Amino acid sequence: MREKKLWLIITFHTTTAAMAMEAICAAKNLPGRLIPVPREITAGCGMSWRAPVESREKLVSAAAEAGIAVDGTYELML
Amino acid sequence: MIYLDNAATTLVKPPQVIDAVVKAMGTMGNCSRGTHEEALSAARVVYSARERIAKLFNCPRADHVVFTANSTEALNIAISGIIGEGDEAVSTDLEHNSVLRPLYRLEAERNVKLSFAAADRQGNIDYAQLASLITPKTRAVVCTHASNLTGNMLDIARIAKLAHQNGAIMIVDASQSAGCIPIDMQAMGIDVLCFTGHKGLMGPQGTGGLCIMNGIEIRPFKVGGSGVQSYSRTQPEEYPTRLEAGTLNGHGIAGLNAAVRFILDTGVEAIHAHEQKLMRRFYEGVKDIPAVTVYGDFSRDRAAIVALNIADYDSGEISDALSEEYGIATRPGAHCAPRMHIALGTREQGAVRFSFAYYNTEADVDAAIRAVKELAQ
Repeated sequence: MREKKLWLIITFHTTTAAMAMEAICAAKNLPGRLIPVPREITAGCGMSWRAPVESREKLVSAAAEAGIAVDGTYELML
Repeated sequence: MIYLDNAATTLVKPPQVIDAVVKAMGTMGNCSRGTHEEALSAARVVYSARERIAKLFNCPRADHVVFTANSTEALNIAISGIIGEGDEAVSTDLEHNSVLRPLYRLEAERNVKLSFAAADRQGNIDYAQLASLITPKTRAVVCTHASNLTGNMLDIARIAKLAHQNGAIMIVDASQSAGCIPIDMQAMGIDVLCFTGHKGLMGPQGTGGLCIMNGIEIRPFKVGGSGVQSYSRTQPEEYPTRLEAGTLNGHGIAGLNAAVRFILDTGVEAIHAHEQKLMRRFYEGVKDIPAVTVYGDFSRDRAAIVALNIADYDSGEISDALSEEYGIATRPGAHCAPRMHIALGTREQGAVRFSFAYYNTEADVDAAIRAVKELAQ
């Protein structure tokens, strides 16, 4: 298996919100990618945004600016 | 063959639409079902389509664009999801059965009180009469943007204002206008816009949807798999998932996405202007032919539809002659618009409907005029 490290995980209520997050991050050149929601987290949408933990502030504010409803933010060893 | 039945479905689609569907069928997984690249490619296409449709109709949120199989499904969702037991609803004589039957069903099953603005022999409603029907008890006003029989348009902004003054929700059937007549939900006051993908939008059949303004609550029409909140016993509350149980028509939506991109690039105004030119050329060419009766009001902006009859011939007989002898495709009969035909006095005869689209030419129109002239002799 892959070596584990600490990641920021952002979850959403709907796939549409997750896709909006991906689109915003691509447009703003922000890091991360969509992954299945880790089992440690209970989330509405099966997709979550995984990114380096140091990008938390930029990602959360980008989501808020775009009106994307975030379900939760977590830091997990994955 | 000259295809003038575009109000039923546009036959000629932008080549990008066909390419997008073919590509999707070879590459797309299931939207919202996993995060492997194929599932994500489907989710990206569907999201892109939501964004483009929101832009086209000035819907404030891409996640309030809900996909359905067609206008009929969208209208069923909106009508049955908004109008409840004992409510009142107002509509018009211009409506298609996709509006009428869901309303009649609620009348029978939920004790809903319906009232309809009457149309005159020219296919116009009296806005003062309509205003008298809308009261604080009215839950929703449901009406078409343009009649699928005469092409007459309703003044949606005016009707929406009457609806909102009484606290009612404005539901619009844009089957004949989406893609070929400008629609601005926010400027026009539309709360729920129901559209089909395969007519003026020039996308594949089996696509359509509804655009929902903020704050409008619609109960789900169907519930089931959503790819999200799987352990919840109820359908997720959030749009669009609330109204989209089951796998979407991803391949069709890929085509619709390409179609809407083409329309945004071309401009709805340019498409509308082209279709208007063809429709008016045809009208001018046939309106003075003895024995020809043209229906509808041509004194104002309208959809690119001309319905007519020749003497007292059965409309089916004329449409069949146009098809067999001239290779011109039109639509006869009742057009799923019973109240409109009754208002025009054409219940028995029906009417022959010529409907024009972006890919039609003046040569198509001129051939149709010649055919009508010969048949009317």
